[in-house]
Amino acid sequence: MHNDHEILLLKGNEAIAHAAIRYGYDGFFGYPITPQSEILETLALLRPWETTGMVVLQSESEVASINMIYAGGSTGKCVLTSSSSVGISLMQEVIPYMAISEVPALIVSVQRGGPGLGTIQPSQSDYTQAVYGGGNGDYHNIVLAPCSVQESCDMVGLAKELMMKWRTPVIILSDGSIGQMMEKCTLPPYTPRRTDEEIRQQCPWAVNGLGIKSRKPNVVTSLELDQAFMEKRNKALQEKYKQIENTEVRAEYYLTDDAETVIVAFGSAARISMGAIDILREQGHKIGLLRPITLWPFPNNEVLELSKRAKRILVVELNEGQMLRDVEWASQFSCPIDFIGHSGGVIMTPDEIVEKICSIAK
Amino acid sequence: MDEKIIKSPENIVYQKPRLMNDNTMHYCPGCGHSIVHKLVAEIIDEMQMQDQTIGVCPVGCAVFAYRYLDIDWIEAPHGRAPSCASATKRLWPNHLVFTYQGDGDLACIGTGETIHALNRGENITIIFINNAIYGMTGGQMAPTTLMGMKTSTCPYGRQADLHGFPLKISDIAATLEGTCYVTRQAVNTVGNIARTKKAIRQAFENSLQGRGSSLVEIVSTCSAGWKMSPEQSNKWLAENMLPYYPLGDLKKL
Repeated sequence: MHNDHEILLLKGNEAIAHAAIRYGYDGFFGYPITPQSEILETLALLRPWETTGMVVLQSESEVASINMIYAGGSTGKCVLTSSSSVGISLMQEVIPYMAISEVPALIVSVQRGGPGLGTIQPSQSDYTQAVYGGGNGDYHNIVLAPCSVQESCDMVGLAKELMMKWRTPVIILSDGSIGQMMEKCTLPPYTPRRTDEEIRQQCPWAVNGLGIKSRKPNVVTSLELDQAFMEKRNKALQEKYKQIENTEVRAEYYLTDDAETVIVAFGSAARISMGAIDILREQGHKIGLLRPITLWPFPNNEVLELSKRAKRILVVELNEGQMLRDVEWASQFSCPIDFIGHSGGVIMTPDEIVEKICSIAK
Repeated sequence: MDEKIIKSPENIVYQKPRLMNDNTMHYCPGCGHSIVHKLVAEIIDEMQMQDQTIGVCPVGCAVFAYRYLDIDWIEAPHGRAPSCASATKRLWPNHLVFTYQGDGDLACIGTGETIHALNRGENITIIFINNAIYGMTGGQMAPTTLMGMKTSTCPYGRQADLHGFPLKISDIAATLEGTCYVTRQAVNTVGNIARTKKAIRQAFENSLQGRGSSLVEIVSTCSAGWKMSPEQSNKWLAENMLPYYPLGDLKKL
């Protein structure tokens, strides 16, 4: 094991597996589903249990996987799972348990076309599922949207920081194209997994027995029969969400300084949009991109500020217009907003975006 | 006699287990849960494992087990305790990790998780309270409800054509390569309570020694759900439950 950066040509899914080992995760629990199976396969091939001591387990279902990371996170360990659309739907049962019980864990969602079994081709139609939550109750997940293999890798590290800092589930919302495409990736040096003593100090709330003789027992539960107390827990959670909204918004700007037309797109749609922007810039269009990196918290202020000085906004998504609603709300309709999207696993070409821009920006 | 003398250590013949706290239990009179809780508390203390034990609660009557035993607990979603315990044990390989589940949780909604955790040979103990009914939700039919037995969702008695058959999940568990110990016990008599304690202790030791999965089924009463007095319940258990769920080891390696 070199304790150094390493540059490899990797799929986005493979990069996530390498990153989980190198960022010092304690365990991965997952179930095969296309197009994300390389994450589990790569971990099985790399055998981290023999090097860093990271646990890797193929579970019997996505329901089992999410419960495994719920429990692992409850004990103060740093754990992750991964799946794709219909598999993520099965996991919705337990994500609210983690949110209200403040259990840190990472869920990698590599989206494919839906609804239902849909297709195994790339899609972004689980934006609403990730950002608004498919589970019950008032809760949010921090949602990170990578647009490259490198960013897929880096976000595994960022997710670890965020989930431990805020004690909350974090979702990396990738898709079949980011997960399957190969790019150069600089892997981080190895971060050692935390010792029991470090876990005891950093996670005094965790369920692991450590130091129990000099403290009260720790319990992770979402159950509370006293409704007034349950509301108190809810209010405290909402207060935490406000702090996250105030401090954790991340977005990237691409050629927006003089832009009259601003595209808002995330993940692979943002990559395709960049290609279109380069073509349009050569044709003399003043056009740029705002790429939300965090989908929750959403870059509301960034959208509003651009919508006040741009002539128009085009939202580009690989779905039928899910983030569109958030952009409309954030912009306060300060400028006209248009949309172009594909769904069901069909990927947009830059030419389609070019054509759309030419038709609306005459 | 002075109270101090009565309470001096050499005169104590029976006391509440040290790991059992003073919270008022929500269990009904005659319920087997409180007896099994007491046994689990005693065993963990005797094994000196308080700071190395993680319990996983079910959904069902034992959902609040975490209120009564002073160890660290995870409250699992319905039926998912074996998944929670599997991950916990793998992440904390030197810890004692056990689940405490009822028949609806373990043998119905969580059948998949139960079978697969046992089949992987997870070094965990599953304590399974079988009282043939859903207690917490108010007496509905369970997978283990006996033929002809009346519950609120089979008010005319369990019938094969409508409801299928009572599930002997421990018998299935005994056929799995991953299990090292599958036993069926009861807590309806003093003798059976002693045997149950021995079985749980054996299971916990298996878990710590990495021998594979252990399942301790405990045939139990639900006087409220069965609509009987505690005394009638114990009698009914012996006459009706035990012939279908006979006591003893189903597998011991």
